[in-house]
Amino acid sequence: MDLNYSQEELAFRDQVRGWLKANLPADLSAKIANYDELTREDLLRWHRILAKQGWVAPSWPKEWGGTGWSVVQRYIFEEECGYAGTPPLIPFGLSMCGPVLLRFGTEEQKKRFLPRIYNGEDFWCQGYSEPGSGSDLASLKTKAVRNGDHYVVNGQKIWTTLGHYADWIFCLVRTDSSTAKRQEGISFLLMDMKSPGITVRPLILMDGGHEVNEVFFDDVKVPVGNLVHKEGEGWTVAKYLLGHERMNTGRIGASKRELAKLKEFAAAQRKNGRSLMDDVRFRDKVSRLEVELMALEITNLRFLDRMRRTGQPPGADVSMLKIKGTEIQQGLTELMMQAVGPLAQPFKAVNGDAGFDAFTAAIAPRYCNFRKTTIYAGSNEIQRNIIAKMTLGL
Amino acid sequence: MNFDYNEEQQLLADSVRRFLQKDYEFEARKKIVAGGHSEKVWGALAEMGLTGIPFSPDYGGFGGGAVDLMSVMEAFGEALVVEPYVATLMAARCVANAGSDAQKRAILPQVVEGKLKMAFAFSERGARYDLAPGVKAKKAGGGWTLEGEKVVVLGAPSAGKLVVSAHAPAGPSLFLVEAGAVKLKPYATLDEMRAADVWLAGAAAELLGAEGQALPVVEEVIDFATALVCAEAVGAMKFSCDTTLEYLKTRKQFGVPIGTFQALQHRIVDMVVAYEQAKSMAFLACSQADSGADARERMRAISAAKVKIADNARLVSQEAVQLHGGMGMSEELKVSHSFRRLTMIAQQFGDADHHLERFARCG
Repeated sequence: MDLNYSQEELAFRDQVRGWLKANLPADLSAKIANYDELTREDLLRWHRILAKQGWVAPSWPKEWGGTGWSVVQRYIFEEECGYAGTPPLIPFGLSMCGPVLLRFGTEEQKKRFLPRIYNGEDFWCQGYSEPGSGSDLASLKTKAVRNGDHYVVNGQKIWTTLGHYADWIFCLVRTDSSTAKRQEGISFLLMDMKSPGITVRPLILMDGGHEVNEVFFDDVKVPVGNLVHKEGEGWTVAKYLLGHERMNTGRIGASKRELAKLKEFAAAQRKNGRSLMDDVRFRDKVSRLEVELMALEITNLRFLDRMRRTGQPPGADVSMLKIKGTEIQQGLTELMMQAVGPLAQPFKAVNGDAGFDAFTAAIAPRYCNFRKTTIYAGSNEIQRNIIAKMTLGL
Repeated sequence: MNFDYNEEQQLLADSVRRFLQKDYEFEARKKIVAGGHSEKVWGALAEMGLTGIPFSPDYGGFGGGAVDLMSVMEAFGEALVVEPYVATLMAARCVANAGSDAQKRAILPQVVEGKLKMAFAFSERGARYDLAPGVKAKKAGGGWTLEGEKVVVLGAPSAGKLVVSAHAPAGPSLFLVEAGAVKLKPYATLDEMRAADVWLAGAAAELLGAEGQALPVVEEVIDFATALVCAEAVGAMKFSCDTTLEYLKTRKQFGVPIGTFQALQHRIVDMVVAYEQAKSMAFLACSQADSGADARERMRAISAAKVKIADNARLVSQEAVQLHGGMGMSEELKVSHSFRRLTMIAQQFGDADHHLERFARCG
């Protein structure tokens, strides 16, 4: 039994760490550290830096630009990025549409889309959720009707993350409403966001930020060549994607960085003339969170080790990482907000410069924003259902 | 990185489990508990080599460490073993780490062979988890005598020799005392082990290790034992989860197995997640307990593990009883006994609050 990385893995980690230090632009890293909103250009800039290095799509086959890294190396890379505080790689192209095309796409589709995804030329978004179809995805109603060499799409998607930045959207649509099972009659379609009939409407969240949207489809014409896999078998594609979850779902690296920041920030706050970190009530909460994070990191490594040895996909393990990882992320934002105390209140200026500190004013909105983490990507209750069914056989 | 037990560890764990399934199943265990422990079982454990694992081959042992004991302790936790195993290992570890060669030769081979059970008297009334001893040691002739009281000395009723921490003129020190030389008030603990309050009453004692230098030794031994009970807790949690899952699948209400109810499904999932997180921390504790890392790093890891184990032992044990309904309260079901053991482990060798404080102190 050995809890540590091998010498080769440690050398790889140091290589990644060194490269990130030299290549992560200071202005981007400052934006992350200050909780500033990232623009489309910020996200693409980092994407292209990694693409140039050849590290943007590690899990892809080598012929399409993959790195050939082991699962452990991929995990190390992702966690090092989180720890260094890089902008996120938007998963919709690289980790979702890309793997789907690699598995189900035609040669023509692969050649057409994969290089552009890899190089950050196309910004992708995901069209799954609908107003009436959240956790119950198979109840989706957006309809695509075949008409000669194209489909005509009508309906609505919601919670479309970064849809306002996107050039393309991949959607689950209903191509047959007469099937016995709801999971049948669903198809996986790729749509150009510039197609006539697509309208994007912002959904502003409670932190004031714009990251999700509603997307409306009004007689949108989609060429038949944009269908992935067979018509009516989109559910197979969707299930494949669920099994393709990445092993950094726990976001250990990013949480470690936030924890260090929380401790440093709290140590500088005063309470009764002493550092807030000397306040037992506060400090114990930080310690409990730190212990939970230590445990999750080891749990994550255990799952990774098992995956490496068995060659099996992570399955319901990912659900556990998601539950604990998101609870920790939320806990960190909550304690950060508690640490800033009454200065959590200033939010935005109403009449010119209000003079409050931009960083401390970003802390409470971040707390608000992070409530999303236990809801998105399969709510934590859905994750519990998955574990109950897959692991416990209930 | 490798979280597998090696072949030897796995074989040992398998044979321990096979033995316990036969000789320590719930009905057999009831009889053992009534007598405190089983000499027959103790002999078998020694025969399997368990009493020799963490001791040097110089004294007949196998030169193993906490990692080698982890799978054994997990199996003990699953079966709720009440033998004075950790008690004996703790006291013998004091001898191994602090004793002279003559003391080691006199004691360790006997422990390894299963002929001598021991107990470590470190706890005092009103001291909670403070390890600095209040019992007084005085020089008397060529030897020493001890004056004062130790409490909740696990394994004392079956021990042949005790290791006692006491305050000598030069500071905290360790002493060897014959069990026959002290006055014991034995009792059963909530988790069905045997312990005693010990009146030293001028008992003759033999200095173990350097006078005044015992505190780091005591801390190391308690940390080692903490790692072992963390692993034991993982076993008891595994049993609690398994038996609860089984119950959810078989118990019917409203015409269906209660495991079909989502409210209960989510609760058992949280138990299983808590078990996995605890197991991860037991790995950490056992790999750090005797790794030779500096004391501060060791204490930080052990405390982190104990915080998580204590919190999650509470959660898993409470939920196991709750999901069993009224039957979970009954002495007739093993789950109420794993509840009692997990409840006590949470407070043994420092509760979550104690270890949260030490964790923060170790930065």
